[in-house]
Amino acid sequence: MGVGLSLSWRRIPERYTLLGTKCDNCKINYFPTRKICPKCRRKGSVKDVRFSGKGKIYSYTLVTSPPTGFELEAPYILAIVELVEGPKLTTQIVDTKLEEVKIGMPVEMAFRKIQEEGEEGLIHYGFKFKKVRRMTSGI
Amino acid sequence: MRRVAIVGGGMSRFGELWSRGFRDLIIEAGTKAVEDANLHGDEIDALYSGTMAAGRFVNQEHVAALIADFMGLNPIAATRVEAACASGSVALRQGYMAVASGMHDVVVVGGVEKMTDVSVSDAAIALGGAGDQEWELFMGATFPALYALMAKRHMYEYGTTEEQMAQVAVKNHANAAKNPYAHFQKEITLEDVMKSKIIASPLKIFDCSPITDGAAALILMPLDKAKKHTDSAVEIIASAQASDAIALHSRDSLTELKATKIAAKKAFEMAKLKPKDIDVAEVHDCFTIAELMAIEDLGFFKKGEGGKATQEGKTALNSEISINTSGGLKGCGHPVGATGVKQAVEIMWQLRGAAKGRQVEDPEIGLTHNVGGSGATCCVHIFKRA
Ligand SMILES: [Zn+2]
Repeated sequence: MGVGLSLSWRRIPERYTLLGTKCDNCKINYFPTRKICPKCRRKGSVKDVRFSGKGKIYSYTLVTSPPTGFELEAPYILAIVELVEGPKLTTQIVDTKLEEVKIGMPVEMAFRKIQEEGEEGLIHYGFKFKKVRRMTSGI
Repeated sequence: MRRVAIVGGGMSRFGELWSRGFRDLIIEAGTKAVEDANLHGDEIDALYSGTMAAGRFVNQEHVAALIADFMGLNPIAATRVEAACASGSVALRQGYMAVASGMHDVVVVGGVEKMTDVSVSDAAIALGGAGDQEWELFMGATFPALYALMAKRHMYEYGTTEEQMAQVAVKNHANAAKNPYAHFQKEITLEDVMKSKIIASPLKIFDCSPITDGAAALILMPLDKAKKHTDSAVEIIASAQASDAIALHSRDSLTELKATKIAAKKAFEMAKLKPKDIDVAEVHDCFTIAELMAIEDLGFFKKGEGGKATQEGKTALNSEISINTSGGLKGCGHPVGATGVKQAVEIMWQLRGAAKGRQVEDPEIGLTHNVGGSGATCCVHIFKRA
């Protein structure tokens, strides 16, 4: 569905670079950013933090009945990924076959197009995740 | 605080009702409730109505005023309540609190959604508003996909099976077939569910509640007044509500709804009862996995054993605990704003002994459980024959 230009622009740091929040008081990380830590509720102890983009699959599904704007991508794998820093997020899994996907499987961030708003509309970019593939040690 | 009772209730037929509009549905339900309560319009002090997305579904906001107008209730206070798919039960709770506090004496609580005036894809967009638009829907999530993520994790942690989930649909369609108000009037088999089209694996189309038009309404008044007014009053002995993170991924667990557990705990404390005291319950089965989690989170069965209990028939009509005698959201249909009120109407009928072909044998205590979105709002009410 269509979202405004300014809304999309405001979310760029979080969507492009996995910018989140750390509460220094509780030592808990949050994604996306929060102004108030929901655990200690103490304002002023939160700061920006950039996550590594490494994580593992917490749960997943194959979406065969896509929402408006995602018709061309269907079927696609949608997952909740748990980042190594702790927070979880909802994301698509790309460059990975459904048969390969398992709960607990290591994944890493990939920068991708998320959705396109019609022929002349906005193109939104952001994170998706893919299976971590070990390089074969050729040396 | 005053004790509060339901003295009347009614609902429209639930279904794809192309000949009937938003106003027709809620006026029918409201009028039935007022007549059932044996009252006149001028005896009503206030109106609360649950509606999730009238702006998206029928381009109409300001619907509480509209309902008061067309029900001939002006100039009473009329307030719309929105909490996604929990709008109806949260409206009931507002009405309950208004009467309990002494602010109002006789209150009408309505719930309504007219969903089929828009295309299925536009309806999905409207329903998507119940989730986190920026961090779930934007990424390609749909409501079936969010519940599929819960289902997959529940299968992983507890060994729940697709057949166990399917059994919820079979049971609820069987109950719906006995309910003349229900969207679906036909029984289905396990095979029908298992062979139906996959929407978001492991959920199939028969694991999902339908897009439904419908409305329901109730009349509340103080218990002491209700007892003089009628001999079929049903007391609301608990009303509890809790909230959780709007986005599923921000919750600690995917296999329970914390808001359900907290609201249930508060409700059982308020009613001074335990889960085993409940004879009949309407729980939020927007997807089959949701019923399994609900019967666990409400304390009817241990965590992870909801699937097995369902498969063993323990939640069928007149078994260990009768769950979703109306057919639930799955079989009776899910006009989102109406659902929470419809659940209470069904429990009222059950406790009065007026549920005809789907009557639970002599129930004394009933419960309703209504969820908003993927679990960010939950409302639990407990009812007793007055
Ligand atoms: Zn903190």
